[in-house]
Amino acid sequence: MAVRVQKAPFDLGAEIAAFSTGLAATGAIVTFTGVVRDEDGRLERMEIEHYPGMTERALAAIEDEARRRWSLTDALVIHRHGTLRPGDHIMMVATAARHRAAAFEAAEFLMDYLKSRAPFWKKEYGADGAAWVAAKDEDENALTRW
Amino acid sequence: MTLDVLYFAWVRERIGLPRERIETEAATVSALVEELIAREDRYAAAFADLSALRVAVDQDLTDFGASLSGAREVAFFPPMTGG
Repeated sequence: MAVRVQKAPFDLGAEIAAFSTGLAATGAIVTFTGVVRDEDGRLERMEIEHYPGMTERALAAIEDEARRRWSLTDALVIHRHGTLRPGDHIMMVATAARHRAAAFEAAEFLMDYLKSRAPFWKKEYGADGAAWVAAKDEDENALTRW
Repeated sequence: MTLDVLYFAWVRERIGLPRERIETEAATVSALVEELIAREDRYAAAFADLSALRVAVDQDLTDFGASLSGAREVAFFPPMTGG
């Protein structure tokens, strides 16, 4: 189980390779990667702010909850902050479980919760100026299914 | 008591600083917000609509009715947009 909050890019292939090593009891690994969209060419860059300390605590709590609910053999959350540009990888989650249903569900749970419960805020800069990304009702509503 | 008060995203921009140390006897988050609003217009602007804000006490998400007894750090911010 691990949570990492970092400014630097991460190597997706290396992370998945490391995560999937030595998991003989595991039958399924699911990974999800969030990528910065260019918003039809309007986005130049994004600045992601976070709350050091609380971010790590919130992510660890969400990961613990996922591990408990789905009996995961392992989980990983990496989330970046700072300046990101279209095409950059913002974050990834990986889950390992005995069967794929648990691995998929746990990955979705992690995504839903970290969108609305981990203290990150995005500000977009582009052709239309600068604006904070507003939280979406659908993201909050997504939590009700868990 | 002495509290570290932190602001993030547009709350930080409206108030004009990321954190400050405050001497207060406020018993709840709401009472602290009232004190801040009474200080200056920029606080009043930031706290104009509490439904647009979230609060954490000692890095745990809570609500505006939460007690500040024993608290060391309070943070105000808009709804989070991770992922």
